[in-house]
Amino acid sequence: MKSKFRMILITAILSIMAIIFIFPLVLTVSNSFMSEAEISNNYDMIDSGDSGTYDKDSGDKYALMKLIPEVVVLQQYYNVLIKKSQFLYMFWNSVILTVPIVAGQTIIASMAAYAFAKLKFKGRNQLFFIYLTVMLMPFQVTLVPNYLVADKLGLVNNYLSIILPGIFNTFGVFLLKQYMEQIPDSYIEAAKMDGAGHFQIFFKIIMPMCRNGIAAMFILLFIDNWNMVEQPLIFLQDVAKQPLSVYLSKIISGERGLAFAASTLYMLPMLLIFLYGENYLVEGIQRSGIKE
Amino acid sequence: MWKKSFKISENKLAWFFLAPSLIGFAVFYAVPFVGGLYYSFVDSPFNGKFIGLQNYAELIRNPSFIKAVTNTVMFTSLSVPLNIILSLGLAILLNKKLYGRSVFRTLFITPLVVPVASIVLVWQSMFDINGALNAVITALGQNPADWMKTDWARVMVVIVYLWKNIGYSMVLFLAGLQNIPVEYYEAARIDGASTWKQFTNITLVYLTPTAFFVFIMSIINSFKVFREAYLISGDYPHSSIYMLQHYMNNMFAQLDYQKLTSAAFIMAVFIVLIVLTLFTIERRINRMIN
Repeated sequence: MKSKFRMILITAILSIMAIIFIFPLVLTVSNSFMSEAEISNNYDMIDSGDSGTYDKDSGDKYALMKLIPEVVVLQQYYNVLIKKSQFLYMFWNSVILTVPIVAGQTIIASMAAYAFAKLKFKGRNQLFFIYLTVMLMPFQVTLVPNYLVADKLGLVNNYLSIILPGIFNTFGVFLLKQYMEQIPDSYIEAAKMDGAGHFQIFFKIIMPMCRNGIAAMFILLFIDNWNMVEQPLIFLQDVAKQPLSVYLSKIISGERGLAFAASTLYMLPMLLIFLYGENYLVEGIQRSGIKE
Repeated sequence: MWKKSFKISENKLAWFFLAPSLIGFAVFYAVPFVGGLYYSFVDSPFNGKFIGLQNYAELIRNPSFIKAVTNTVMFTSLSVPLNIILSLGLAILLNKKLYGRSVFRTLFITPLVVPVASIVLVWQSMFDINGALNAVITALGQNPADWMKTDWARVMVVIVYLWKNIGYSMVLFLAGLQNIPVEYYEAARIDGASTWKQFTNITLVYLTPTAFFVFIMSIINSFKVFREAYLISGDYPHSSIYMLQHYMNNMFAQLDYQKLTSAAFIMAVFIVLIVLTLFTIERRINRMIN
């Protein structure tokens, strides 16, 4: 059957791609269970040759990217969690930064997105254009003035100096506006004719219909903010306040085994949120009832 | 009783919904943005003299800046279309009733979740002078190389970008695809439209808002790839991947705020032009639908 063959072919292609995509993740996780000795054996030659030319002294040794540890050990996790106890503090710092930003932006952005998508007001397009343009600017543009604003508000070294700009970032507005625009006006008209007030329309019709978009936004916002590095470095002077993302970017060489374990733990919240939210992402909206 | 609520003008209602976002936006984005603009017109951040466009003139003559701009433009114009095409293809494939479809979907997203630090580790392990790739290459009898220091560096960065962001765009396209009512396709099939016709007349058209969004996000993410490039190659990487953000970062480190903000604003102008073009296209297509 031709269609069955096509399905098998598609599945095969997707599988190959999926393996490539997931390889770094699998490598990180599996290497996190390797002992220090094995990591040394597999990777030390990379740190030695930084001259850019072929290092004859390393002989024939090349990096061994093994996917299965010789012996599964929890040594690295022990090192990360117990010996270097900052990990848990920094984890918590990351949570303090990320959760308020994601929660806050969800609320504020959905309100603003509704205004842009479904309500008519003067200057709507121009304002949205401004929102969009400023959002596209890389952070270096607003960095220095941002710092001065935070300073004037007395927020330097305070988490709020990062949380507040994070909440008002226009990414959520942008994302949700696109989704809300797709909701046919006929739904809203029907609701109005049934006598619904503006807030009822917002909470009972618009928001549920945007579940896909809100789920996507939630996941993406979480990932973005969990990974932020530059802002904490600049706005938070206390090393103790730094989130996990900063700590991780500083590990890289010399503590390779540790880095693998730390990365795995770091990834867990994001993976969990993604897996949980995926159900909502999947729920398609079946349009029925209203005849166009 | 409900009729009363409609006496509130739509205008006023809109501003109510907008207010929180607008106030925060003004304080934390608009004002700093304008402040940065001010810096680019003076010769020093502290009590500077107004010198007009002089900073910009100097900038355009600066070879590092030109190099950074060229590289950034080339990188973006190469990777963004690739991103969109590949992720759309994947989304379409995954939208069919495939065995294990949700597993695939999850797998393609995972690159987003992998922290930059791990990517760097894996990267080094593969492409360093003593990395795994060179192991394969020497086994094949060719000469090994420190790949990040060759012209291949550009290809590498594109690959990292695609690997990381295809999942992102794919998720968005998938959500967009699922918002297209199945009835449209059924009606088209009953009318005898071919698969290709269905694709161009239904899928592409109704995906336009999503595509617009994916395009913008791809551009934003193409700037973010700076983080990986920076962690792998430092402040002054191979010349083929020295990009605008490297330039701006170095200016920041040298405390040369004038050059930094001027560069940022030239970037802003280009972004504005791109966005304007996109807006016009989107509006035209929207008019076609409605």
